[in-house]
Amino acid sequence: MNVAVLRFPGSNCDQDALCSLREDIGVGAQYVWHEEDALAGFDAVFVPGGFTYGDYLRCGAIASRSPIMDAVRRFAADGRPVIGVCNGFQVLCEAGLLPGALMQNASQKFVCDHIWLTVANRSSYWTRHVDRVLRIPIAHGEGRYVADEETLRRVEDEGRVAFRYSGPNGERDPRFNPNGSMDDIAGLVNEAGNVLGMMPHPERATKAILGGEDGRLILAGLSLVGA
Amino acid sequence: MPKVRVYVTLKPSLLDSAGRTVRDSLDKLGFHEVASVRVGKLIELEVEQFSEGRVKEMCDKLLANPVIENYRFEEAE
Repeated sequence: MNVAVLRFPGSNCDQDALCSLREDIGVGAQYVWHEEDALAGFDAVFVPGGFTYGDYLRCGAIASRSPIMDAVRRFAADGRPVIGVCNGFQVLCEAGLLPGALMQNASQKFVCDHIWLTVANRSSYWTRHVDRVLRIPIAHGEGRYVADEETLRRVEDEGRVAFRYSGPNGERDPRFNPNGSMDDIAGLVNEAGNVLGMMPHPERATKAILGGEDGRLILAGLSLVGA
Repeated sequence: MPKVRVYVTLKPSLLDSAGRTVRDSLDKLGFHEVASVRVGKLIELEVEQFSEGRVKEMCDKLLANPVIENYRFEEAE
């Protein structure tokens, strides 16, 4: 398993992702610059967080039009695993790989916290090992998931919501939703279930010293592919 | 060289956090008559020649996100 960790101007969670994947998940990981146009030799793609292109125009908008994203589209269409975290989630939405968009938090504040995440559908590549409520860090100013009514209904009906913000026992309540996301959506997958976008940072929760290891349950699938 | 003004606005159904903050600030300055503020973007282009079709393509491909935004544009002197 060799994971491509994409790097754009303004990515800043790329080192976290690389370390987490190599040291804690135990898979190979290499940086791939946004001007590359191929992903030969890679088995998965990690689109890290950050502030690509200074969030100019819209978060993730410019990065999503980079040459590497055409390669990611082909890669995803082949059914291979792609994960986008935080700004990476915004990039995947802007690239059209996931429906909807991420807007400024309803609170108008940047939130940096640990939240509870409840898995909404365990049948996707990324959620199949998640067997309990997770404690995962968030750090974002624009994480409010929005979609038009029809899209939201489709995403819900097709079981494509991967994670929802919740209480420690999976209870849903607006006070557990840190950004005002519709339907408490924290992460969702594409139709085939191989592309996941999520605002919380699983790669920041794979070592006890970081305050928790729950992120492993999401990234664990990577170490099992090809095994 | 012809200029084009592209106006990008948030869809009316969506909460505009920036607009709400500006409204609150205006209210604090004594402008209590302001019921609502929506903040949008003005993007000015200089093009070799104006083509409605090309500008529409630019809007659809990059300048606006149809999920959350509407746009309109005009040729300006």
